[in-house]
Amino acid sequence: MPAHEFAIETHGLAKFFGGLRAVDGVDLAVPAGSTYGFLGPNGSGKTTTIRVLLGLISPSAGKWQLLGHRMPEEAMAALSNVGALVEGPAFYPWLTGEENLVRIDAMGRDGQRSTRGARIADALARVGLGPAAGRKYKAYSLGMRQRLGLASALLRPRRLLVLDEPTNGMDPQGTREIRHLIRQLGSEGTTVFLSSHLLSEIEQVCTHAGVMHRGKLLAQGTIAELRATSSPRLRVEVDDPGRAGQVLGRLGMSHLERSGDNLTGALDGLRPEDCCRALVEAGVAVRMLLPERPSLEDAFVALTGEGFDVAR
Amino acid sequence: MWLVEARMVFGRARVRALLVVLAAVPVFLALAVYLTGGPSHAGGPAFLDQATQNGVFTALASLAVTMPFFIPLSVAVVAGDSVAGEASLGTLRYLLVRPTGRGRLLLAKAVVVALFCIAAALVVVVAGVIAGLAFFPHGKVVTLSGTTIPFLDGFGRSLLAALVVGASMFGLAAIGIFVSTFTDAPIVAMAMTVGAVIVSAILDGVSQVAFMHPWLFTNYWLAFADLAREPIIWRSIWKDLLLQAAYVAFFGSAAWARMTSRDVLA
Repeated sequence: MPAHEFAIETHGLAKFFGGLRAVDGVDLAVPAGSTYGFLGPNGSGKTTTIRVLLGLISPSAGKWQLLGHRMPEEAMAALSNVGALVEGPAFYPWLTGEENLVRIDAMGRDGQRSTRGARIADALARVGLGPAAGRKYKAYSLGMRQRLGLASALLRPRRLLVLDEPTNGMDPQGTREIRHLIRQLGSEGTTVFLSSHLLSEIEQVCTHAGVMHRGKLLAQGTIAELRATSSPRLRVEVDDPGRAGQVLGRLGMSHLERSGDNLTGALDGLRPEDCCRALVEAGVAVRMLLPERPSLEDAFVALTGEGFDVAR
Repeated sequence: MWLVEARMVFGRARVRALLVVLAAVPVFLALAVYLTGGPSHAGGPAFLDQATQNGVFTALASLAVTMPFFIPLSVAVVAGDSVAGEASLGTLRYLLVRPTGRGRLLLAKAVVVALFCIAAALVVVVAGVIAGLAFFPHGKVVTLSGTTIPFLDGFGRSLLAALVVGASMFGLAAIGIFVSTFTDAPIVAMAMTVGAVIVSAILDGVSQVAFMHPWLFTNYWLAFADLAREPIIWRSIWKDLLLQAAYVAFFGSAAWARMTSRDVLA
């Protein structure tokens, strides 16, 4: 295992385009071996951050390391161990899927020729593209192109995979397969840095996450830590919501919301069983009482104070 | 890496079509001269008068015909596409992340564009010699100076002319690659490179700016004609090669500076 603790580490990373602060003082810490979800709405600076991380654009400020290598000075050494899918796949339309992989593998110094055929066949099989290997790239569907991009990232053994919206344009079956593949890679010890605007994707696949919003990293940590940033809520269904609201309010419950016979509120350290007893003792008939674990979406709303829409 | 890049460029249908068109020019030229029963006395490109005398001159006449436009156009297409083509496809970011050093990638591109320059001129010469041998006499070659040299010597000189013409394109190729590092639209890079040829050719024809002429990369493009003299006059050929080297050094380093520092957003 690598001696360094973090696969990706940034300090005050920033990129400005004119007056636009696309990335604004981001301190990422992606633990080695984690599957890290880089979460944020479209336009929040995820792809720009990834471009800086990979040395495609130079930052306006900040320092960063990839796999313990100082960037961008040691880019060649670092990137040899990084597989990447950045802002969608890009290949030569007039070549077949297989020819495209041969080209990209042969353009680097470490693409051993003797194992190339086997590695390509293996990567294509892993992403389920084996039968279409001999077809021209221009005849590929968006989902197939995405798969070829993943195959390209998997051509050689990698310690870090940087995947930017890998399930974009895939059908539900393809999405499931790719998520399964990502979990599998994660369990093999590869660090996966997965950017997505899909909360459910991050929640299903990742062990850690960071939340981007308007170029800033609002929070990062394990999924459980992030969930904890918004407090759990209690949902009750009663015969007299008005009275129930008074009772729960007296107990100290905040953020009470009523819809029909349903009432929800932030638990704020209250125990659900105490709430139940108080309601029953006050003569309120309780049909249902459900403590709700906060979702990542709740955490996101709590962090940003707004919904999950296109930023700006 | 250079081999992979060369296979890629020369394997493209577009590039092969360019070479086929270049090969067709000498054939048409020879056919036209043959059918009309000899050169027109109303002028025409250099060497055309000699084309009927010997096949070797068909090759040189073809070079003279394709030099002002066909060959530079094809070089502009290939050089303009070199980096901008990758950028427009998005493959540039994957090549860089692969990782391929930016300088190394640029060098590979430049070497292959240079190869194309030579190949384009060679195609014209080889097709010219074949077409010339098919239609016109072979045997001893009468040089422009009036002396005769053996056929093989003449053939060798036409190959040498191809190399000189190919090398004469290096300056233009450097300009094309330089422009190509600035845009993500290959067609823009190609058009600007062709534009450079036109501007240089126009300036070359304006006597008021004669002081500039020795510095224009198109100025010595027809210097290869001196290879058909006996003895060969090297003066303007050396001047041409030196000038091309200067253009390569200037635009090459500018392209290098741009390539190694640019933000790749495509």
